[in-house]
Parts: sequence; C-alpha cells; structure tokens
Amino acid sequence: MNKRTSKILMRTYVILIFCFLYLPIAVMIAFSFNESKSRAVFTGFTLDWYKSLFHNEMILSSLALSLVLALVSSVVATVLGTLATIGINSMSRNSQLIINNISYVPVVNPEIITGVSLMLLFVMAQTFGIGGEGGLFGWPTLLIAHITFNVPYVIFNVSPKLRQLDPSIYNAALDLGCTPRQAFIKVILPQLTPAILSAFLICLTYSIDDFMISYFNSGTMQTLPIAIYSMTRKKVSPEINALSAVMFCVILTIILVSNYLDSRSYKKNQTAIRKAMSEEGGRA
Amino acid sequence: MLKSKSSRWLAGPYLVWMAAFIVVPLIIVIYYALTTSDGAFTLANLTQIGRYTSVFVRSLILAAEATVLCLVLAFPVGYFLSRLRANKQHIMLMIVMLPMWMNFLLRTYAWMTLLEKNGLINRFLGLFGIGPLNMINTSGAVVLGMVYNYLPYMILPLYTAMTKIDDSVIEAAQDLGCNVFHILTKVLIPLTGPGIATGITQVFVPSVSTFIISRMLGGGSNLLIGDLIELQFLGNSYNLNLGSAMSLVLMVIVLLCMSFTSSFDESEMEGVM
Repeated sequence: MNKRTSKILMRTYVILIFCFLYLPIAVMIAFSFNESKSRAVFTGFTLDWYKSLFHNEMILSSLALSLVLALVSSVVATVLGTLATIGINSMSRNSQLIINNISYVPVVNPEIITGVSLMLLFVMAQTFGIGGEGGLFGWPTLLIAHITFNVPYVIFNVSPKLRQLDPSIYNAALDLGCTPRQAFIKVILPQLTPAILSAFLICLTYSIDDFMISYFNSGTMQTLPIAIYSMTRKKVSPEINALSAVMFCVILTIILVSNYLDSRSYKKNQTAIRKAMSEEGGRA
Repeated sequence: MLKSKSSRWLAGPYLVWMAAFIVVPLIIVIYYALTTSDGAFTLANLTQIGRYTSVFVRSLILAAEATVLCLVLAFPVGYFLSRLRANKQHIMLMIVMLPMWMNFLLRTYAWMTLLEKNGLINRFLGLFGIGPLNMINTSGAVVLGMVYNYLPYMILPLYTAMTKIDDSVIEAAQDLGCNVFHILTKVLIPLTGPGIATGITQVFVPSVSTFIISRMLGGGSNLLIGDLIELQFLGNSYNLNLGSAMSLVLMVIVLLCMSFTSSFDESEMEGVM
C-alpha cells in the first residue's frame, strides 16, 4: 500500500465517522420540517412543529427553570470555587492533596451515584423534619445538587492558573504600597479573570445539560432535560425534532461566535506582541 | 495573602460544602446499604444483589463491548486529526465536539427513531428488499447508543496523546524496517498509552452506569445496573436500602476499572521514559 492510497483510505474513514456522528442529528432536523408525524416518510414541508414548540407551556417553563438554575448555580459555584482555590493554594501540600482528591469524587463518580447519594441526604434531612410539610425536593435540592457538581470544575480550572502566577508580581504590589487586599483585587484577580470566566461558562453548560443528577433531585420540578425525557417517553411528537434543530443552531452559533472572538483576540495579541517587539528593537 | 495563613479561611465555605454534600452523602449511601428500612444492621441488601448477577454481567459486557468498539473506531480518527496542520486541527476538533454539546437525550432519541421497525433505516433497507430488521430493543442497539454517545470522549484523549508523537519517531521506525502493523503495536499504541487509559475510563464509566440508553434503545429486556438503581430510588420497586447496596457495588466496579487503567497508564509512561 503506498502513501497516497493510505491517505485516501484514512480520509474516507474519517468522513464516514463524521457521517456517523452527524447523520442522526441531520435526520432529526430534516424531519422537524415534516408535515406528517411520520419519522420515516417525508410528506411535505411545514413549520407547524416550531410553532407548537414555542407555544408548549411545559417546554417553555422548563427552559426558564433550566436557565435560572444554571445562572444561579454557576454564579454561586464560581464564587465558592474561586475562594476555595485561593484558600487551598495557601495550605500545606498534604491538605491540598486530600481536598483535591475529595473534590475529584463528583467528577469521576458515575453521575447516577452523585444523584442518588444527594437524594439520600435530602430524604434523610426530610425525616428529621427539614423542609417542612411540603418536603425538601424541588428548587433547593436542585440548586444544591447543581452547585455541588459545578464547584470542582471551577477549582480544577482556576487552580492551574493561580499556580502559574509569578509570586513576585504580588510582592511587587506590596512593595509599592498595596495592602494585601488591594494587591489581590488589583493584581491577582485580573490575571485570574479569564480562567474564572471560562470556569463559569463550563458550569453554565454542565448545568443546562445535566439530566442524571437533576432527575433524582428535582421532585416534581422539570428542568429542560427532564422535560425532554418525559417527551421521549410519551407519544411521538415531532416537536422534539424541532427542539433539537433549535438547540443545534443555538450551540453552533455560540461555538462560532466564541471561536471568532478567540481568533480575534489571538490576532490582537499577535499584533500587540509584534508592536512591542518592534518598539523594543527600535530602542535597542 | 497569596500564601498567608489568613487566606486559608477563604476555603472555609467550600470545605463545609464539600463535607456536607460530597462526603456525607457517600457515607449515607454506605449506611443505607448496610441497614434495613428500620435502621438495623444487615448484610441482606448486599447478598440480595446476587439475584441480579445477570444484570450486572450484562452491564459489564455491553459497556466493555462499547469501550472496545470506541477504541477501535476512534484510534484512526485521533491519529488523522493529530497529523493535520494546526489551524485545520482546530476546526476538525470543533466538528468532533459539536454533537457532544447536544443533550444526550436528544441524541439517543434520534437513534430511537432511526432504528424503529418502520424507521428510516428499515425503509432504506426495504428498497433493496432487505428486512424489516429487528434493530430496536436489542442489546446491539444499546451498544450502538453507547458508542454513538461516548465516541468523542475516546477521540479527544487519543488525539491529545497523539499530538505529542513527533512525525520523525514514526519515520525512524519505518527506516528501521517496521511495517504498518509493527509501527502500530510498537510505536503508536505504547506512546498513546495515557490517552487510551483516559479514553477507556471516559467511555466505560458512563456506559456501565447509564439507564437512559438502555431504556430508550433496549426496551424492557435489556436492563442495566443503572436501570436497577433507578427502579429502587424512583421506580416501582422503591427500596432505598437495596438501591444503595447496588450503588455501592457500582462504585466498586468503577474504582476497579480506574485502578486498572491508571496502572496501565503508569507502566506505559515508564516504558516511554
């Protein structure tokens, strides 16, 4: 086998895998425009399913819940996680190791275990009378669960950045008359901001996407993934196809925009570096 | 403040949170697994699991099948991606990751409609006079669902490990008389070791603990561990103690799997050094 044929074979193979990854999604999107409820025969073009999707009370309210839940839990998790990262960073090596290992538990444990273990905790709390007559399950349990699985991602995103920071910058700020608090807010925090922001975004996506852990801790409330699940259990409805199409477009837009911003800031950085270097050269 | 003792207190709220919502819940799982519903100590929950051996074996086999399939399918893709130019790599990675961002319920639902008795695939096969094949509600459909959902989790770590392999290493092997098979077994696979280990855990752990994929694609006859646990906690056979015992066993399985892959990971690393 010469190099060329193997290259062609390789390309064909990768294209086949990409087809495998995308065909199911493509079929769903195509059938979201199907007039009849059939999932196999295309009878005619319609936008009715989108119309009924946007009038579907269950979907809209679960979407609202998911968005609010994601936002609140991500904000709390980001604050909690960032503070924790700074605190952990100044501890002894051994305590760091222990805390990091425990923080890894929700990351590596199967999601179903995280879900049921939290559920058991809340069930137990209820038997002690916490939560009153209505019970605990619902908004508080969902919020606690989401914060719990989000915080470790914040810690593991921010702590490498914190360790990379040059401590002499902080010391310089102190030498120049900053109080420790000022030095932290004016010098350290701005350098951590990109890592904190990306951790926040990761939390948002995990929170919106989570099904397993929410499923066990939602009580009667429905987040968007739980609503999707109950839709797939009931009778066939092409609204799911329409929902998939909408979600796919939203995700694609977010990725393209963030990519565009990334590449723009990359270019900006490059020009800044080049400018700085030429100035440096001029001075020399 | 960066390294001072007073800043340790900043971790305080998280430590309380971690203790209350990570450590305590796991202790409660163990407590429930070892007690009756009245709170008396018992090992009956654990011994009862013996009745479900077939389900546990099925879960392990199907998850192992899915993991091996993912590894075989993903290996060439990871290699291909790692040999592209940097800017192309970026785009291709996006293409691999994009389906992962779709909610996995929707992705699994897509296969549900494709595999149906009068679904698109059977219609297509019908054009050639084949079928209709019985594809949905089989163990094959469950494995397919696992492979489809978790393939990117295998491609990404393989790709990351392979980007560190220099082209010249492969060329040197060729110059020294290796054929394609030997390059694969003596150079590529050992150097990709850590990536393979990560990929295996990232595919095996969610596969062995899923209950959605088996429920949507496997019908009622392909129960997995995840289904059993879900039935004990939210389903008809409500029994928190038995469910906890099952969760405990699942955790042990996952721990064993991870210690297996991490030992593999380390020995490979030593080989490289």
